[in-house]
Amino acid sequence: MIHLKVNGSAQTFDGDPEMPLLWYLRDILGLTGTKFGCGMALCGACTVLENGKAIRSCATQVKQVEGHEVTTIEGVATHGPHAVQKAWAEVNVPQCGYCQTGQIMQAISLLSAKPHPSDADIDDEMAGNICRCGTYQRIRAAIKLAAKERA
Amino acid sequence: MITLEKSSEEKIAIVNVTRRGFLQGALSASAFVLCVGKASLLARTAAAGTHPVATPGTPSIDATAFHPSVFLGIQPNGTVLIVAHRTEMGNGVRTSLPRIIADELDADWSRVEVIQGDGDERYGSQDTDGSHSVREFFDTLREAGATARLMLIRAAAQQWGVPEAQCVADPVHIVSHKGSNRTIGYGELAALAAKQPVPKKEELKLKSPSEWRYIGKPAPGYDVTDDCAGKPLFGMDVRVDGMLYAAIAHPPVLGGKVKSVDDSATLKVKGVMQTIPIDPFTPPHHFQPLGGIAVIADNTWSAFKGRDQLKIGWDNGAHASYNSPDYKKQLQETARQPGKVVHTIGDPDAEFSKGAKVIEAEYYAPHLAHASMEPPVAVADVKGEQVTVWSPTQNPQGVQEEIAKKLGLKKENVSCHVTFLGGGFGRKSKPDYAVEAAVLSQKTGKPVKVVWSREDDIKFDYFHSVAAMYIKAAVDDKGLPKAWLQRSVFPSISSTFDKDAVYGSDGEMSLGWDVIPFDVPNFRSENGKAVNHVRIGWLRSVANIYHAFAVQTFANELAYTAGRDPYEYLLALIGPGHTVDVKQPPDVAAKYPYDTTRLRHVAELAATKANWGKKKSGNGWGMGIAVHRSFLTYVASVVEVEVDKSGAVRIPNVYTAVDAGIVANPDMVRSQFQGAAVFGTSLARTGEITATNGVIDQSNFHDYAVARMNDAPVNVDVQIVDSTAPPAGVGEPGVPPFAPALCNAIFAATGKRVRELPLTRNGFA
Repeated sequence: MIHLKVNGSAQTFDGDPEMPLLWYLRDILGLTGTKFGCGMALCGACTVLENGKAIRSCATQVKQVEGHEVTTIEGVATHGPHAVQKAWAEVNVPQCGYCQTGQIMQAISLLSAKPHPSDADIDDEMAGNICRCGTYQRIRAAIKLAAKERA
Repeated sequence: MITLEKSSEEKIAIVNVTRRGFLQGALSASAFVLCVGKASLLARTAAAGTHPVATPGTPSIDATAFHPSVFLGIQPNGTVLIVAHRTEMGNGVRTSLPRIIADELDADWSRVEVIQGDGDERYGSQDTDGSHSVREFFDTLREAGATARLMLIRAAAQQWGVPEAQCVADPVHIVSHKGSNRTIGYGELAALAAKQPVPKKEELKLKSPSEWRYIGKPAPGYDVTDDCAGKPLFGMDVRVDGMLYAAIAHPPVLGGKVKSVDDSATLKVKGVMQTIPIDPFTPPHHFQPLGGIAVIADNTWSAFKGRDQLKIGWDNGAHASYNSPDYKKQLQETARQPGKVVHTIGDPDAEFSKGAKVIEAEYYAPHLAHASMEPPVAVADVKGEQVTVWSPTQNPQGVQEEIAKKLGLKKENVSCHVTFLGGGFGRKSKPDYAVEAAVLSQKTGKPVKVVWSREDDIKFDYFHSVAAMYIKAAVDDKGLPKAWLQRSVFPSISSTFDKDAVYGSDGEMSLGWDVIPFDVPNFRSENGKAVNHVRIGWLRSVANIYHAFAVQTFANELAYTAGRDPYEYLLALIGPGHTVDVKQPPDVAAKYPYDTTRLRHVAELAATKANWGKKKSGNGWGMGIAVHRSFLTYVASVVEVEVDKSGAVRIPNVYTAVDAGIVANPDMVRSQFQGAAVFGTSLARTGEITATNGVIDQSNFHDYAVARMNDAPVNVDVQIVDSTAPPAGVGEPGVPPFAPALCNAIFAATGKRVRELPLTRNGFA
């Protein structure tokens, strides 16, 4: 039996402890805002926060987050939309939208570590998150806007 | 709920058909509903919940031929409901199409609710491809909005007993009578508006462009807030009670069959319930499942894990002979020989025989995979003769047809709910994966979700075609071509539907090959034979990709050969502007003549914005330009590159100019062209699918790399020509000129000519 916290709620899981966190969140808990894109930590669509830091849930087994706090896109808007979500909407970032939850989780992680990231910081941190629609230019603008709004 | 059907009393009627209606029970009883067909304005109206209503003022028509592509309802509370019968995949149709209606309706955009339409042939074509949505429906949507507005105004005039001419729809969502200072809301008018005769088309007063409040004005996506919260239901997110999960081991080679299976290890995987064989297809493969062995489990991961444990012996069949290096040689060899003539202007052979200087070059572009972020996925629930499908599809009626065909059912017994699409790019026009779900649901008696992994997606795609091109030109003393011959050779998309097809279709030839936009007096385009060995399909901008790469690179080569500036030379090639003699249906030709003046104009805009010629190319810095017309839209791209000693290419700036006629939402247009530059970077830099013994070599984003934030263009500037021409395509036309502009920039920077994509084949990264 594995114990963990997801978006502030205590959860227990008695299935295969090697199941990737991604599929536990999606298929077992029904938290489908976290997306499947590659299954190999290559695209970032599955990004969630583990104790506040971005991880790839497709390449993280449930047993590896035993006792930890996992936050998904469903858990970031505590008092209205998160500053990063607001900036994303303001810049009108999404096209198809599929990768954007992973992008937003990655950006939240970046801004919590570096509240005023440089272009190079943004490139380094966000390069693991693929957007096939090609919204990178707007993602960069939204991260800068969120940083400014939070300052 | 209202839609149209034949009744015994009246030839045309509007009847209450809630249980199988279009609007999924969203309307209240006294809503005002209007449906409008695309071909001409054939509006029908009724209050929901009433008896069949005759439709005065319209001619007798065959109801079965009436395709109400626009559905618009006004609720008593004032909410305007609009059905989006096209698919949302990042193209912005759930925003741009309803805003066209809302504009002519003078509706308050914040009170518009968009409802996704299910697959239904009564909508007409729903296949969301070919950059059609705005250009095909612009007029109809406007007429629908204007019709509803006029009926609301007439209802108010009737209620107040004042002349219609004294009533106006102002401010939004309200009809006012200025003389008596009275106003009434659209919701309050809904029931009375529904009783008005449908106005004739001649009675409608469409707004002039200066009166538009939404068309041509930037707006955020209708779903943007939900997108940022992970709320939209993508195909991958569908969950149905009692649903099983399936992963399928597909034959590694097209047309392969299962010889033997050992599933003993699979069945030991926790969560796996059973394995089920899926029949191989009968050629041509069309949209049929590929066949193979399905693993059924109670969650996605167990299905994947169980599939890994299968031991399958395959009979690979004839396509196991497919090896990309050999195939490339064949295509190139064919391109050097005379082919089937596509289009001729003047007498190129006579001109070539005059002994002028001849320049020739060969180009090559490989297969590409779509790699949309959401891999193919579908849920199907087969209950006896009834099938319900939830699928991210660009082609919901195709889903209905293919499932009906496969299961031997009637098409109308298959209902297809269209989810959000995590990208499409043409892949999701093909419903093979939804058919797989239906086959498995029928066999298990339960709802089944088929999930493709990224590896499935890349290895079993309907690939963008590999192509070889040959071009030669005879030039005058200024380096301008007096004669031009071009040949392309590629396995055709037609091979998906006809196993014997070996030539490119007229459609593929019209994508940048039948004609060129240059002022050349003697011209011939040709096409050579090629046999397919994998499934070939549409990918964002389709054959324009390799055709524009060849033509626009060759134009650049001619410029350097003549010792002229490539931009100045490109303008000389285009000439002062003319109407290109191109095969188009008469109605299209009349509305959308191929006018190179517009192409010239976008080239000038992009080059001016880029400060073309202000800085000297060379030493690892350069700019390249390319122009292309596709999907009736004129585009110029100027790409700036920095290339370091190791061959690493950085793209600090892209300057794009686009003339797409009237644009519905300029911010969406910018998004599409910013995205097209990234899509173009992916295909130009690293995009390459190859096969060894019929098996695709690539599998995931490590060996099929796509552009990421740190190697995509940093800034993409998009200039949109302010135009009153009819709307043209937007989703695809940004892609074709990008790769040649990039490769031309690399030549300017390094002196190294790229004639074969991707860049990684040329020592660049």
